[in-house]
Amino acid sequence: MDGFWSVLGGAFALVFALDPDLLEIIGLSMRVTLTAVFFACLVGFPLGAAVGVFRFPGRTILSVTLNALMGLPPVVVGLVVYLMLSASGPLGPLRLLYTPSAMIIAQMIIVTPIVAALTRQVVEDLNREYAEQFASLGVGALDRVLSLLWDARYTLLTVALAGFGRAVAEVGAVLIVGGNINHVTRVMTTTIALETSKGNLQLALALGVVLLAIAFSVTACVMALKASAVRAAYA
Amino acid sequence: MRDAGFDMPAAPSASRQSLAPEPLLEARGLVFEAGGQRLLDGVDVSIRKGSRTLVMGPNGAGKSLLLRLLHGLIHPLEGDISWQGGPLGKQARQAQAMVFQRPVLLRRSVLANLKFALSVRGLRGSERARKIDAALASAGLDHLAKRPARVLSGGEQQRLAVVRALACDPDLLFLDEPTANLDPASTAAIENLVLEANARGVTIVLITHDSGQAHRLGEDVIFLQDGVVAETGSARQVLNNPQSEPARAWHDGRLYLGPDTRSLAEKSGRTV
Amino acid sequence: MTSRLMRLALATFILGVATISGAKAEEKFIIVQSTTSTQNSGLFDHILPAFRNGTGIDVRVVAVGTGQAIRNAVNGDGDVLLVHSKPSEEKFVADGFGVSRADVMYNDFVIVGPASDPAGIRGSRDVVAALPKIAATETPFASRGDDSGTHKAELRLWKAAGIGAAAASGTWYRETGSGMGATLNTAIGMDAYVMTDRATWIAFGNKANHEIMVEGDPRMFNQYGVILVNPEAHPHVKAEMGRVFVDWLLSKQGQAAIAAYRVDGQQLFFPNADGGSS
Repeated sequence: MDGFWSVLGGAFALVFALDPDLLEIIGLSMRVTLTAVFFACLVGFPLGAAVGVFRFPGRTILSVTLNALMGLPPVVVGLVVYLMLSASGPLGPLRLLYTPSAMIIAQMIIVTPIVAALTRQVVEDLNREYAEQFASLGVGALDRVLSLLWDARYTLLTVALAGFGRAVAEVGAVLIVGGNINHVTRVMTTTIALETSKGNLQLALALGVVLLAIAFSVTACVMALKASAVRAAYA
Repeated sequence: MRDAGFDMPAAPSASRQSLAPEPLLEARGLVFEAGGQRLLDGVDVSIRKGSRTLVMGPNGAGKSLLLRLLHGLIHPLEGDISWQGGPLGKQARQAQAMVFQRPVLLRRSVLANLKFALSVRGLRGSERARKIDAALASAGLDHLAKRPARVLSGGEQQRLAVVRALACDPDLLFLDEPTANLDPASTAAIENLVLEANARGVTIVLITHDSGQAHRLGEDVIFLQDGVVAETGSARQVLNNPQSEPARAWHDGRLYLGPDTRSLAEKSGRTV
Repeated sequence: MTSRLMRLALATFILGVATISGAKAEEKFIIVQSTTSTQNSGLFDHILPAFRNGTGIDVRVVAVGTGQAIRNAVNGDGDVLLVHSKPSEEKFVADGFGVSRADVMYNDFVIVGPASDPAGIRGSRDVVAALPKIAATETPFASRGDDSGTHKAELRLWKAAGIGAAAASGTWYRETGSGMGATLNTAIGMDAYVMTDRATWIAFGNKANHEIMVEGDPRMFNQYGVILVNPEAHPHVKAEMGRVFVDWLLSKQGQAAIAAYRVDGQQLFFPNADGGSS
């Protein structure tokens, strides 16, 4: 284990020395995860808000389903997306397999239920608070959803962060649909998996710490944003 | 904020235009139940256009419930409500506005809150901006326009809620104990806004527990007790010379516990 | 506010679709489905740059177990197949998914185990004699258990030794169902014997107290074959570029590149493309 600290130091040295291979991997991780989270929020925020606000038959089942899908096993998602994008699959002609786009799609499928389910809860609670006033002002359905989403924006930041955490740590799906191809679809998590399978455990661990540090920084930035908002009583 | 005359008696109705003969808002035989209990039992209401009507009564009498029914937020079990002779539809509701006991403000700036309410009414651009400026001025909140609405004091928030409601140019304004939690200065400001609006022709329906406020603002009074109308009439009548037991008990400062109960003081043999 | 939001959402959607779909213009690359041993040993990292410099073709390697690699190729998700399980490779061609199969290189399997050597097989050159000792002493043995080339070779050896190892699965015979690296990690972690190809072992970073116990048995010969995926089965397959790669692997340059790859001074793969296909 004493070798670990030197390896860890070495890993961080690579980061600060802007080692091109490592930076490429980190860059791809961020690009895939952030894009996936962005689209997951684009779908998940309005979906969750709609389920949280509107009354319609099947609403309860939909809520339960969204909550349950939070536990969707990433490796299963990866398998399904692979079957879809495979040359023998229905979306084969799109030529998306083994590209970062495939990884984005897979991660988006994993993260959207999380964002939607949490958004539903947040918006539902907020709606309860505003419902009478909205009714009094005559706020229409669409305006209601949009204004609730905007008013909950700081809490939704945390929701997006939850999605980000899930995506950045994910390895099963991106491994299957991305193929872990060097310089093309290799991200932090799949690199860690690869180094582990090569027996380079300390390097894998060090890369894990680097990944943690990155995730930590992203989270810290978002939390700082929120903290100032709380002080301004926007939350 | 303009200098308000505190504790001025309400402007007598004679100084304003004569009121329209048919009621603006009318309700017959309202019944409402919840949790197996009958909370309103056959309530009739008639609101004259341009008047200031107080809805009074002890806690649990059904006052807030009545307001919400009249505003169309909930539906009665029985009975009907008519607005200017017609049904209480979307158009009717658009002509009404309500201020709640605790102001419900969006998590945005003061300005954005006003903007939101007016946008919902379909206002845009310069007309909307004008109304916002007028509302801020009348509430004395100009200097706080960009502040998050929720950091304002209770009084300021409620002033904002009132002018937000008034900015939508309602024909009728409901207020559910708007000053219950406010200090005297804020209370005076709110009452001023209400009186000014009424002077412009806005009909007012206000719930209050405060006898001082009742004397200052009241024109007509509906006194509720246990889900029924105990007494109605002019404010002078109901407040100063009540006929019904519940109103009389309120006037005397007694707790009215039912037709056959005597107050604790009477039971114990001690006079008030 | 609503219309502004709508416009923003629409713009984002368009941008997103553009990002996802159009990003790849027709770049010059092929996809090779191969095994973890060629990947983890570092062979590809060594020889592929030479190929790219010569032809401008980018080779993208998807390294999975032999079974998965073949299945992916059957689905048409690869242009070239490079694995080490001759019977499976020949079946692949016979079923019409591959054009033809050729020998590329070989190395050998070895049995590694804990330095304490509970089964007493260190130094043996006869794997068929060594395996029963492991079974007899019931020392843990980690198997790939994943239908890979290594796994199939391992099963053939157990069969030759007359041991029904699968029956003991869950006791001393531990099927990890994983790739070579993961299986090695598991074997190290549970002080088990394990059969691995020499290349992966030499390049492996977590050897701990394990050493090579059994080697040199001709039955542990490990042949790698390369196959061009059949464009008649999957028309979109990049047959020309794939053929360029296959030809290069079998050519003098490719074979020399393979031979030149060393780790710790040891050669891991031995080229043997005598121009012989089967």
